[in-house]
Amino acid sequence: MNRRLPASQESSSPSQVSRENFFLTISFDLYNITLMDAASNLNAAFSALADPTRRAILARLAKGEATVMELAAPFEMTQPAISQHLKVLEGAGLVVRRVDGTKRPRRLAKAGVEAMDQWLAMLRKALEKNYDRLDEVLASMEKQKRGEKR
Amino acid sequence: MSKMTLQTEGDTHVVVTRRFAAPPEAVYRAHTDPKLVQKWMLGPEGWTMPVCISEAKPGGKIRYEWSNGKGAGFHLTGEYLELEPYSRLVHVERMHLPDTTPDNHVETRFDADGTGTLMTVRMTLPDAQTRAAMLATGMERGMEASYVRLEGMI
Repeated sequence: MNRRLPASQESSSPSQVSRENFFLTISFDLYNITLMDAASNLNAAFSALADPTRRAILARLAKGEATVMELAAPFEMTQPAISQHLKVLEGAGLVVRRVDGTKRPRRLAKAGVEAMDQWLAMLRKALEKNYDRLDEVLASMEKQKRGEKR
Repeated sequence: MSKMTLQTEGDTHVVVTRRFAAPPEAVYRAHTDPKLVQKWMLGPEGWTMPVCISEAKPGGKIRYEWSNGKGAGFHLTGEYLELEPYSRLVHVERMHLPDTTPDNHVETRFDADGTGTLMTVRMTLPDAQTRAAMLATGMERGMEASYVRLEGMI
């Protein structure tokens, strides 16, 4: 199953922003999984997300597009160092770039955010399903207990 | 209303919280008594747990086997490390899919919350990669459930 959409379908809009901020509470190494075909890119993606600077870059990009200079500002790092991190993130399919004159602003790949949204919703659903059933088990335990006391 | 939270913490933890209307003793028992575990820890619709071993004592064995009734299945094994009835459980578990996953170290707390319980499950994986892989596995199972639902709609 290919969850990666062509680059032409990637865009960001204001309505995306709050959702993307929500995703910040979730580690981005999960994010990555949803971006790729089965195991094709697995190792690259895992190592891309194991680095705290790269996670911070993704967190920044979740707020919106940014240039390398903007991305480098919060870090005590040179722009080439940041560019190197971006290269890793792009290679892992987490970040895309756009051409704007001489600038190459980066942004998150929308397809990845959406895939993660779906994925997370499904994971939550499976867990919630378990706990909903547990609610029922607990209710019947309580009922039984009351019955025994009578 | 969403009663459950699921968050990652640091590089290797996953923390799940959930509130229940029953007191900690009941929720604790529902996590340790195999007859009760078997009733709810089933994941997606259509799966059952034909085998459930839970020896609730330090060093006690855990073995859960799931089946979808159509020949597919997997199992989990583990051991209890610490038990503090009815407030805290510590165990390790691993999945067999059939390849064995790295150990997941799980601390489950049951705190009184009014007349109910606030349960906090804190999982610790050996590294970030393992955590990602574990959650990805959860994804596949969740997706299977959605496919099943889809089949039902067509």
